[in-house]
Amino acid sequence: MAHTQKLSPNRFHAYMASFSKRAFGTPSAAVLSIVIFGALGYWTWLAVDWAIFRAVWSAENVAHCTEEAGACWSVIDARHRLILFGLYPYEEHWRSTFACLSIIATVIISCFPATWTAKRLTSLWVAGFAAYYLLMEGSLLGLAQVTTDGWGGLSLTLFLFASVVLLGMPMGLGLALMRRSEMPVVRSFAVIVIDTIRSLPLLTTLFTAAVVVPILLPSWLEGDKIWRVIIAFSLFFGCYQAEVFRGGFQAIPKGQFEAGKALGIGYWKIMARIILPQVFRHALPSTINMVVVTFKETAIVIIIGFFDVLASAKAAFGTGEWAPHYMEVYVFVGAIYWTFIFSLGQYGEYLKGRMALSTH
Amino acid sequence: MTTTEVLRKKSRQRKITIQVLLVIISIIAIWGAVSSAQVNLAALGITNGFGFLDRSTGWDYSFSLVERSINDPYSKTLVIGFQNTIFVGFISIFFATIFGFIIGTGRDSSHPGVKAAATVFVQTFRNIPLILQGVFLYSVLIHFPGPRQSMSFADSVFLSNRGLMLPGLNVSPSVAVALILAIASVAVLLVWRKVPLLRGLIIWIAAAISMSVIVAFVMRPEGEPLLSIPSLKGLRFNGGITVSIELVAMITAITLYGSAYIAEVVRGGLKQVPSGLIEAGQAVGLTQGQIWHRIKMPMSLRSIIPPLGNQWIFIMKATTIGIAIGFSDMFYIVSNSITQSGQTLELIFLLMAAFLTVNFSISIFTNWLNNRLKLKAH
Repeated sequence: MAHTQKLSPNRFHAYMASFSKRAFGTPSAAVLSIVIFGALGYWTWLAVDWAIFRAVWSAENVAHCTEEAGACWSVIDARHRLILFGLYPYEEHWRSTFACLSIIATVIISCFPATWTAKRLTSLWVAGFAAYYLLMEGSLLGLAQVTTDGWGGLSLTLFLFASVVLLGMPMGLGLALMRRSEMPVVRSFAVIVIDTIRSLPLLTTLFTAAVVVPILLPSWLEGDKIWRVIIAFSLFFGCYQAEVFRGGFQAIPKGQFEAGKALGIGYWKIMARIILPQVFRHALPSTINMVVVTFKETAIVIIIGFFDVLASAKAAFGTGEWAPHYMEVYVFVGAIYWTFIFSLGQYGEYLKGRMALSTH
Repeated sequence: MTTTEVLRKKSRQRKITIQVLLVIISIIAIWGAVSSAQVNLAALGITNGFGFLDRSTGWDYSFSLVERSINDPYSKTLVIGFQNTIFVGFISIFFATIFGFIIGTGRDSSHPGVKAAATVFVQTFRNIPLILQGVFLYSVLIHFPGPRQSMSFADSVFLSNRGLMLPGLNVSPSVAVALILAIASVAVLLVWRKVPLLRGLIIWIAAAISMSVIVAFVMRPEGEPLLSIPSLKGLRFNGGITVSIELVAMITAITLYGSAYIAEVVRGGLKQVPSGLIEAGQAVGLTQGQIWHRIKMPMSLRSIIPPLGNQWIFIMKATTIGIAIGFSDMFYIVSNSITQSGQTLELIFLLMAAFLTVNFSISIFTNWLNNRLKLKAH
């Protein structure tokens, strides 16, 4: 009986048969299904009704935003430039748009397996980051110069994200190699750095970079606050990424390294030609996970005084006129984060599944 | 000397050089940091050392478990901040672990409805930054109606913009703390005596309830009922426990976020149980619940504990978002103290030492738990 169901020529029918057996097979399962699907359906209806059917869409119609109306998207219509670009000069917003697109394009392109060689990925990220920086800063392209103080909103969040990943990746690799070193001093140095940073909250690390480091450095070495924070954030990323790489190293038989040595190949060449390409492959799903976490964690910089997308969202409903519509602004920003994190996360899961299949 | 020996010697020398260089560079970096700190602090007119701990602070903050005043010295204020972090951290860890196990089991369920609900939960709360969830919840709570129009459940739990009012035992705070510690030590004792999971849980809940009732009966003020239930008197509530909205927002946000992560850890552990074992359980006629607590849980707990410990440490670290919604956790207190006293280095040192101690203790505990559960050598 069960066999005939499984062998059904139509996969959809087979799925539906199995679904209804699991959901409505016994009376208690049926009751559970009705309650859960009923509740989920009802909440979805409430959310859709609020966000779409009863919503007010344009800034001119703000008068319609009453208690009875649903979401008042007028606030987004009126303030979306502030949320996306912060205090960047209004006429130059096209630069910010293209800069953001270049980062997003970089992330999307690096999801294609064709780019998965160290050289291609590095050049892709460096190019994407350079495009962003040149467009935003502007002076090298002959555009009006806008310093990092003027950057804000989603574009600042994307800037932090891209620079942390770009700087943190080599740090992570370096720390992972140091941790595997045969030299005890080098190894314990890496262990101390990695374990300390990983035990401290990210906020403490960033706060130290922003507030304490200026005391510890002579003034000529101090640099910009934003770069100090980015370097500290990259160190945080690097320490976690080092552990991801360590997992990748553990998957590679020691014999491969020894075989390389026996053939008289030097350390760096063995690493670059034999070990690392495989490490990267094994570590890829967890690396994507780390990248996603980093994007999510950038939201914390609001606390140390950066005007990221969360800070600009707060500013967007900060004026009296829009104050009642804080919910819409948070939902909008939450949706931006959610879309990005969810899709990258799903991609990571898919990749993990595919790799698990390929190794067996 | 043969070529091999020459090469070996060269390689050894190179390794020694590299390590010596690393040590020298570290020493120079530390020395440079110390000397420029001295120069910079002297320029700011700040004296080093922990003498400031005895000075009184002169500022107030949102939450403490013990009596506080603005005349408290820095040392007491910092201890309160540390208490608050531990307090919120442990409560969130407790709830996040329970919800995480429930939702993780739901993710593993064969019932499509349960699976869908658990998946929606995980994908919602895991994919939005914690700090965004925290400030969002806080904004929603401060826009709640006042005590008169508060939301109430069964006329004993009220939620308004003043906070969450819960019925509580009619005992003084110090007795309550002692009671909580006693209940926690029962849990430790049960784990230590290796009582099986489900039975231990039942014993623990029964012990907790009976201890609470007895303590409340003995320690309550003369002639008062066992439970103090909040009730509206004029513009405010009397009786019960008042949980401020900062605390509600913190605990809810961290619990939801943490439980979504723990649910994924639990799901991963459950997935590793060989299906043959589960089918064997079905074959001998065990129910779903029996299969869960006699086969799936004991088998998967070994792979769940290490990442679960990491999640606990994560939750402890996540309490630092308190500053975004005005909850006076350790980070908030340290950051405020730095602004007020200027003793940056000492305060950051204390902050780091506090987190390193707590997280190190958690990892020692999970390692111990892990060793305890490990299969003994055959």
